[in-house]
Amino acid sequence: MKANFFSPGRLVAAAVAVGLGVAVPLAGQSAPAADTDTVVHVLNRLGYGPRPGDVDRVSQIGVAAYIEQQLHPERLPDTTLAQRLTAFPTIGLSTREIARDYYGPAEAIRRAEQRAEGRAGQPATPPTPATMTGDTMMMGQPGQPGRPAREQASPELQAARQKEQQILQDLMQARLVRAITSEHQLEETLVDFWFNHFNVFAGKGQVRVYLTEYEREAIRPHVLGNFRDMLGAVAESPAMLFYLDNFQNVDPKSAQKQADGQQERLEQARARPAIAGGRGRGMAAGRTQTEQQQEQQEQRLMQARNRGLNENYARELMELHTIGVDAGYTQADVVAVARAFTGWTIDRPRDGGTFQFNAQMHDNDAKVVMGTKITGGGKKDGEAVLDLLANHPSTATFIATKLARRFVSDEPPASVVDRAAKVFLSSKGDLREVTRAIVTSPEFFSAEARRAKVKTPLEFVASAVRASGANVTVVQPLVQALRDQGMPLYGAQPPTGWGDTAEDWVNTGALLKRLNFAIELAGGRFRGVRINVRQLAPDTSEATRDALVSKLVALPISSITRDTLSKAESPQHLIALTLGSPEFQKR
Amino acid sequence: MLTRRIFLKNGSMAMLSLGFAPAFFERAAQAAQTKRKVLVTIFQRGAVDGLNMIVPFGEKAYYQARPSIAVPQPGQPNGALDLDGFFGLHPRMAPLHQYFTRGELAIVNATGSHDPTRSHFDAQDYMESGTPGTKSTRDGWLNRYLHAKEHEQASAFRAVSLTQQLPRALQGKAPALAIDQLGRFGVRAGESGEMMQASFEAQYAAAADAMLRPTGKDAFDAVKQLQSVDIAKYTPQNGAVYPNSGYGQALKQIAQLIRANMGLEVAFAESGNWDHHANEGPQIANRLDDFAGGIAAFARDLGDGMADVVVLTMSEFGRTVAENGARGTDHGHGNAMLLLGGNVKGGKIYGTWPGLEREQRYEGRDLAITTDFRDVFSQALRGHLGATDTSQVFPGYTVGRTLGVI
Repeated sequence: MKANFFSPGRLVAAAVAVGLGVAVPLAGQSAPAADTDTVVHVLNRLGYGPRPGDVDRVSQIGVAAYIEQQLHPERLPDTTLAQRLTAFPTIGLSTREIARDYYGPAEAIRRAEQRAEGRAGQPATPPTPATMTGDTMMMGQPGQPGRPAREQASPELQAARQKEQQILQDLMQARLVRAITSEHQLEETLVDFWFNHFNVFAGKGQVRVYLTEYEREAIRPHVLGNFRDMLGAVAESPAMLFYLDNFQNVDPKSAQKQADGQQERLEQARARPAIAGGRGRGMAAGRTQTEQQQEQQEQRLMQARNRGLNENYARELMELHTIGVDAGYTQADVVAVARAFTGWTIDRPRDGGTFQFNAQMHDNDAKVVMGTKITGGGKKDGEAVLDLLANHPSTATFIATKLARRFVSDEPPASVVDRAAKVFLSSKGDLREVTRAIVTSPEFFSAEARRAKVKTPLEFVASAVRASGANVTVVQPLVQALRDQGMPLYGAQPPTGWGDTAEDWVNTGALLKRLNFAIELAGGRFRGVRINVRQLAPDTSEATRDALVSKLVALPISSITRDTLSKAESPQHLIALTLGSPEFQKR
Repeated sequence: MLTRRIFLKNGSMAMLSLGFAPAFFERAAQAAQTKRKVLVTIFQRGAVDGLNMIVPFGEKAYYQARPSIAVPQPGQPNGALDLDGFFGLHPRMAPLHQYFTRGELAIVNATGSHDPTRSHFDAQDYMESGTPGTKSTRDGWLNRYLHAKEHEQASAFRAVSLTQQLPRALQGKAPALAIDQLGRFGVRAGESGEMMQASFEAQYAAAADAMLRPTGKDAFDAVKQLQSVDIAKYTPQNGAVYPNSGYGQALKQIAQLIRANMGLEVAFAESGNWDHHANEGPQIANRLDDFAGGIAAFARDLGDGMADVVVLTMSEFGRTVAENGARGTDHGHGNAMLLLGGNVKGGKIYGTWPGLEREQRYEGRDLAITTDFRDVFSQALRGHLGATDTSQVFPGYTVGRTLGVI
């Protein structure tokens, strides 16, 4: 086998030789014909596994040329995907449009119904910061087991709700369609990787409104670009500002000033005499309108006092986004970073919010972050912290380790991590170069790395659909399948995102769900996805079995698996037993 | 799963014991012999209004702050059901009243997380991770308990959530199952089910992967274990009638697992739609009907079996003391938890009551917290499941005073 491996030197030479010739078959030129095992490995790692014909196509142009193509998606047309994405019109909308046209109407109806349910003549409760963080997904969604539907939703509200659900549905379905259909397989894998690295959770309040723009503007353009650019785009994204609460991160000194202002207004209000005759229609018994206003003002005062430094983003920025938890920073550093990001907030968060630097909320005093003094104040404080962290050697190692874990193995060899980390530093965070360093490394092609990864549910589902050449007419059931298997898209709650090792994905319940997915898909019982059984397996003969295994798994299988296939009673069972096999769970 | 981890940790030594690991029948038999204690956790998602669930009818401030949605005092129409002369149950929780009177139901009041968040997301996350204020905790407190006590004889059904997805509280290193319907657990291939199951079982028994192989074994053991008890034929005992809601059916299936001696130790169920910002009165009445009816049916169904079972309820935070302009309540702070069964010292309301006067409230508006929720969780783990040390379950937290509720 070893004779068939590329040496890294030859790979690079081959890549350079064919780098620009995108669709030109270059078989037999500078690169030796790749063995099937290597081609399948590359297709399984860079993307979501081979489709029918992919192995031949990549063998023809050569593995090195294919990798180079994938590193330059901008040179590779993706017309089929573009056509399929037209089914999801909202993925191109701005947050403002999404807030106004999709979430706004349902919100307005809900408020109106609340008002109608409340006492006549009584103003509806103004939204407080608490009610603003609505978190509707956390309160029990209609239609889910154990979560009874909210009572008596009006037809108007039901229609409006459908409209707001379309945003997430479009996003989730588009993500799956991209994984299955896109020619830019590496780019899609990297979007999945980097979104997960900078994870936000759709179920937290306003995040769902910001999510479309977040993935499209803050993540996707940078996955083969510069790390500092992505870090900055994420830092300024309403999605991250909301998810990790930095939009509420205020210099305590300025919060005190705001509270004092509230206090003054409250005292003025108290000094005014209560309006006589205020009790009447709809008034709370025993309380005047003024008393109620006073109470509301007192509440606002408490909230203003309560606002202040919020360390959540600062902590995760260091622990999860850049240098990693073991980089030797202290709680004092977390506080300093939090102070640097005071005032990084969201302008009009409920109305298509955009990034805003609010100088009044910002702490302009000097800060020391990991021994580096940051002075000057203003938005530059946060920028200086991002510069410092983006270029930190610990960040290079942290990012290199995570990427190597994704592309090479759960415990990647130190040699490939070191090499990629050096490239990260020397290229100043050029992610194309860092990615290239990993996917062209000898460790990547080593025997130890082959089939070393267990597929995530997304990888399993997408690769099964791809391998079987299935025709997807309805995407929603596939979205549901991911949820069933424990990986709801945009549904990772903690800022760590999903784990990326076998341990995270191999468990009893999820395994049975994978087997049932394989059975349903093969049996033509999976809604919206049709496979051509006759083409894949016209019968259950040995020749068919061999052809099927080479088509679907594309790699050698165990004698036991082979034995179970020989006992299959129908072509459908044959396909199910192949897609559900332990071999197909690996990549 | 368990054997898998031991295998990974101890390598070839464990391989030997793997070969001699008891078959699932023996495991089940063993589970039946040792009377296993079971903790059933119920999460009221959306923040139940604890003040209308456990009504402080002895507080003047309660009625002042809630002119239209307060539950009347005992004896009045739709009045609270007296518990101790100061607190009462919402009248729609009547099915639970007898358990309090008999000393089997306890209530911990003014409990919750000291973290100030009023976001459902963050508060639920903290209550399930068990680390309020720390967002990057990956696993849940129930899972950390299970992990600390992982043992060779553990059944695949040791930790089960009757939900579609595994809740945060049960996520982590220890194996835990999310099953929304017991009847659908297994390889589903119609008439060919048995054949497909046997083929997949053979494939996974021979899998080269060090994780897929033992996980496959556990999965097929579990499926066979469940098949051996014919879950479809279950009829609740003692005339128990479960609510027809997803929540009610979840509790019914937990009772099934317990009765079938499947080795269950920790179960999880959810009850949703508690976020009553408007028109709270009729809505919370219906929801409490479902909530209390489910627990009462569960207790009735298990009968004497409740001696080994504790039901523990929780909700992410309480609601404002005062009602808002829409006859509802907004996000608050302290709340109440219920504990029923086992050796719960019931018939009593635990926790220091902070009072509801303006100056007694948290931030002037909410019920203050006098008992950290981790103190209650820790009691359930120690007093009922026999945990000796919960410092790994609640890292960085020193459990406060013992409530003595279990």
